[in-house]
Amino acid sequence: MNATGNTSAAVRLRVNGVVRELRLDNRTTLLDALREALRLTGTKKGCDHGQCGACTVLVDGRRVYSCLLLAVALPDSDVTTVEGAVRDGRLRILQRAFLDHDALQCGYCTPGQLCSALGLLIELAAEGGDGTAPAGAVRERMSGNLCRCGAYTHIVAAVTAASKTIAEGTP
Amino acid sequence: MKTFRYERPDSVATAVAGVAAHPGAAFLGAGTSLVDLMKLHVEEPTLLVDVTSLSLDRIGTARDGGLVIGATVRNSDLATDPRVRAEYPLLAEAVLSGASAQIRNVATVGGNLLQRTRCPYYRDVTKPCNRRSAGSGCPALESRLPHSPHLAVLGASPACAAVHPSDLAVALTALDALIEVTGPHGTRTVPITSLYRPPGDAPPDDTVLARADMITAVRLPAATAAWPCAYRKARDRASFAFGTASVAAALRMTGDHIVDVKLAFGAVAPVPWRARHAERALTGRRPVGHVLRQAVDAELVHARPLHGNAFKVDLLRNMTVSLLSELAGRAA
Amino acid sequence: MTGGQERVDGWDKVTGRARYAGDHAVGRAVTAVPVRSTVARGRIVRVDDGEALRQAGVLAVITPDNAPRLAEVHDAELMLFQNHRIAYRGQFVAAVVATSRQAATAAARLVRVAYEQSCHEVRLSADHHRLYEPEHLNEGRPAGTSSGDFAGAFDAAPVRVDETYRTPAVCNNPLETHATCASWDNGRLTLIDSTQGPNTVQNVLAALFRLRTDHVRVICEHVGGAFGAKGAPRANTVLAAMAALVVGRPVTCSFTRRDMFAVAGHRSPTIQRVRLGAHPDGRLIALAHDAVAHTSTLRRFAEQTAAAARHMYAAPHRATSHRLAALDVPSPSWMRAPGYCPGMFALESAMDELAVRTGVDPVDLRLRNDTSVHPETGQLFSSRNLAACLRSGARLFAWAGRNPAPRSGRRGHWLVGTGVAASTYTADVAPSDAAVSVSVDGRYSVSIAAVDVGTGARTMLRSVAARELGVPASAVEIRIGDSCLPRAVVAGGSMGTSSWSWAVIAACRDLRRRVRERGGVVPVTGLTARARTDAEVAALADRARFSFGAQFAEVRVDADTMEIRVPRLLGVFAVGKVLAPALARSQFVGAMTMGLSMALCEEAVTDPCSGDYAQHELATYHIATHADVQDVQASWIEEEEHHLGPSGAKGLGEIGIVGTAAAIANAVYHATGVRVRDLPVRPASLLRAHRCAEPSPHDRGDRGNAAEQP
Repeated sequence: MNATGNTSAAVRLRVNGVVRELRLDNRTTLLDALREALRLTGTKKGCDHGQCGACTVLVDGRRVYSCLLLAVALPDSDVTTVEGAVRDGRLRILQRAFLDHDALQCGYCTPGQLCSALGLLIELAAEGGDGTAPAGAVRERMSGNLCRCGAYTHIVAAVTAASKTIAEGTP
Repeated sequence: MKTFRYERPDSVATAVAGVAAHPGAAFLGAGTSLVDLMKLHVEEPTLLVDVTSLSLDRIGTARDGGLVIGATVRNSDLATDPRVRAEYPLLAEAVLSGASAQIRNVATVGGNLLQRTRCPYYRDVTKPCNRRSAGSGCPALESRLPHSPHLAVLGASPACAAVHPSDLAVALTALDALIEVTGPHGTRTVPITSLYRPPGDAPPDDTVLARADMITAVRLPAATAAWPCAYRKARDRASFAFGTASVAAALRMTGDHIVDVKLAFGAVAPVPWRARHAERALTGRRPVGHVLRQAVDAELVHARPLHGNAFKVDLLRNMTVSLLSELAGRAA
Repeated sequence: MTGGQERVDGWDKVTGRARYAGDHAVGRAVTAVPVRSTVARGRIVRVDDGEALRQAGVLAVITPDNAPRLAEVHDAELMLFQNHRIAYRGQFVAAVVATSRQAATAAARLVRVAYEQSCHEVRLSADHHRLYEPEHLNEGRPAGTSSGDFAGAFDAAPVRVDETYRTPAVCNNPLETHATCASWDNGRLTLIDSTQGPNTVQNVLAALFRLRTDHVRVICEHVGGAFGAKGAPRANTVLAAMAALVVGRPVTCSFTRRDMFAVAGHRSPTIQRVRLGAHPDGRLIALAHDAVAHTSTLRRFAEQTAAAARHMYAAPHRATSHRLAALDVPSPSWMRAPGYCPGMFALESAMDELAVRTGVDPVDLRLRNDTSVHPETGQLFSSRNLAACLRSGARLFAWAGRNPAPRSGRRGHWLVGTGVAASTYTADVAPSDAAVSVSVDGRYSVSIAAVDVGTGARTMLRSVAARELGVPASAVEIRIGDSCLPRAVVAGGSMGTSSWSWAVIAACRDLRRRVRERGGVVPVTGLTARARTDAEVAALADRARFSFGAQFAEVRVDADTMEIRVPRLLGVFAVGKVLAPALARSQFVGAMTMGLSMALCEEAVTDPCSGDYAQHELATYHIATHADVQDVQASWIEEEEHHLGPSGAKGLGEIGIVGTAAAIANAVYHATGVRVRDLPVRPASLLRAHRCAEPSPHDRGDRGNAAEQP
């Protein structure tokens, strides 16, 4: 049994490829661990209740709301944030596509949109198919990421375009 | 959140014992429901017992040919499982209509079934709520908001009318799922149609589970595998929203008569609503327009709309008739 | 595609390097968390902070009994903890300052506040006993206008429309909640703030804390959306500054999402009666627009709801009026296109009803009632191309040949309809200053206390300067978002672009002149030119200045569920010169998307029992998601504008939301035959109408293949 008598715990996470050992209050969400303990402020807090998507990161290759996950419950997990784009060619392609399509305005939802899009592409790949993401599927699958500035149409165009670039195997 | 201790046991017995031994303990799946409620101070456990390392994350075939779904299978994995998609597509449709990918990717089957109502008064500890604390009052019924999608048209009591929000539970209700439960006194099986308790005058007692009872699996009988079935959900925006009304239906026809039909409604009652009156009125009949309408009305005659939610009755009627008609067409 | 006009701050935003106010809070652990009132009207009788003070990490509990005394400012919302009066539920009544957010939040729950509660009134109605006519509306507009004899002309008109429209309270809800980091140093206050106007914050905070204005510095490099909610300082800024003063350490304060429904401002609900009297060919004889809204008991905010009716259409007999009820609600404030947004929903719905009653095509109806002079004042418009927008839009949308009969379009289980509405917004300019410098090695720097809240102002201003200087954009550095830069008007009212570009252009011209005077040689110390536009702005000719547009919508309504989808939205706008096309398109589309959200999803309803909004999270206050937004196109007419400064730009951040909701509601009428006059247009509204109108709600055609028995 993995028991702690404490209200805090040792947490080991691999964040953007780097192993981080933290001592955290059990109440610490993954979002707060990333932002406050690791000073990775790219991931944003929009609502803190899993209703806006601004806190989206990838955990073990799946896109998640980091505000609803307890850091202590993620043993040895692999976390990718927007800052991890330096290591992930797909994220870089998505970033370039976002810029080319002006898929952002205030930018606050952007890190979450990017991580969510990466997660979407990973999901599509797992489901088979040629890896390209048609607009209708992108719209439905990205609906967990709100954008108050209304950059949706450009985000969808960017994700669709990036999916083609990635599917064509460009690094 | 209130501070809490955290444990991650590696056996069901230990998990159950851990919760049983501590009055303030709760089981933790992914946390998409519980952590949300803890931030609102609606739930304040002092010990969390994490169930996600108990190897309950498989989907297997049962001896009778049905499906056994471990309680910690992630919603997204359930929806993409090939057997689920082939034999119980209703389940996949229901799961995919709920929440968002980010929630589905971590939320467990067990957690989904045990999620709490979205009624805004339940979720606001600065306001009284009979579901949080029996007898404290229900402002939801007093407020008479012009649009009340959180209130039930079926099965409400004067104490509580908050609807159950799970889509998965509605699909499982239609499919006669069985819930495997392990508690301090052993393992038992509970039909999902008996899992949830209507509010009555004790709304906090919303399931038959004791505090230390843990859902370990969901069993689907082979009987409904591969029946024409579907899940329809109406919402107030195109996605990422709880339903205003939903319908799960599966039917079997012989020739041009309905031989067997399973029908459940969601987001319209404090529990997933098995529409048995409608089922009885449909069995043995031809699925033509007026028959379908009369059968649905046999169920909806029991509806008691509250202020701001009468539209749910129309939604249910329209959606159910259309869905049954479509399924009958597929079966032919 | 951006076509090379990539945002200056784009790379920082897509890499997560851009830091917003709350990001600066990380590492500065001291946090102020408010205690919020649980009554809507009354008095604080007692605050018990003993238990809270004993908690580990708590540095102070600020209450009305111990708070520093602030100087009085106009916005009573900012007078935190200065008296014991409760004006609305959710009002900040005390605050805990602690060394971590967790500690502060936990301790805030231990502060016990006892209230003497009075009966609250939170529901607006057209006959509310607290209704009164304010002396004037926002921006000094008169509350009522009239010309001719409306009553007589309306009664005698051959065709009449007399309907009431309602828009609910809506909340700005930018994705970044309000946040401030405050620190004091030797009597000087520095704020890292999420705001549309650093100079405004600077002025107000200086007044509150009795400081010299130049002893307050406000920095807002990146702002995560605003839409009016950050146009003036709010409680977070005051609380952070006050708490930092009390504990002698830097303090941060961020609103929770829930706070965004109570203390961040909102758009008042409106109840609007529109009366149109017309000839059978649709030409208006009489036009009246009467609007009712709420304000708080703390501060008067008079939404200029019927303002658009004053200049949109010609009609010899006219009347507009506004009445307000001061309710026990949070103070409403600006939200994208104040007044014009809710007002045009009503006016453009009424015009559509007139089109139906006269049988005139809705586009033609507006063309027939177009006017080249302001119908109330007789002023010339500085430029007006409503007609061109309507014609262009109709062409692009393939409007010609539309069957106007409702319920005439059906595709499978979808009822299909189209609708049109006009758009308008003010085109204003305000004085601003700017400085432009050149270094000896030919690098330029532009400074102005403008703000980029997502509009792309940073990028636009850099390109304006580069064009004026005759150099590539890459040679120009742009500095904004700091109150110590040359003072500038707030990023709001769609006047940022016109105001700031005027100052920047003037400074660039002055710099070029100075370089020319030196024979083209820049000294080693560089050269700086400064400009201010106060005199030029004051000397502007007397013109009516507005932007115009036309919006077209196609909707599909599910015959069973009445769920509404908008497969096509088109806006064509006339906004003067468009300085940065890709950024403009994003603003138009973004605002139209917000208009779609307004039409179909958004509503905050006051709860008569508790006095607050029943919706206070994003799961119940719906804004449009990706799936709600399909094809949204925007284009614009080339328009010459000579009365708003050298750029010829009119500002365009808000006009996109004006008219969208009416276009969609009009299309829903066309699809279903149901006229929804209360926003949002929801399936429930359509189902209710069908239940009333038709005994058998199933005669909508079959989705499936089962044989129908007669």
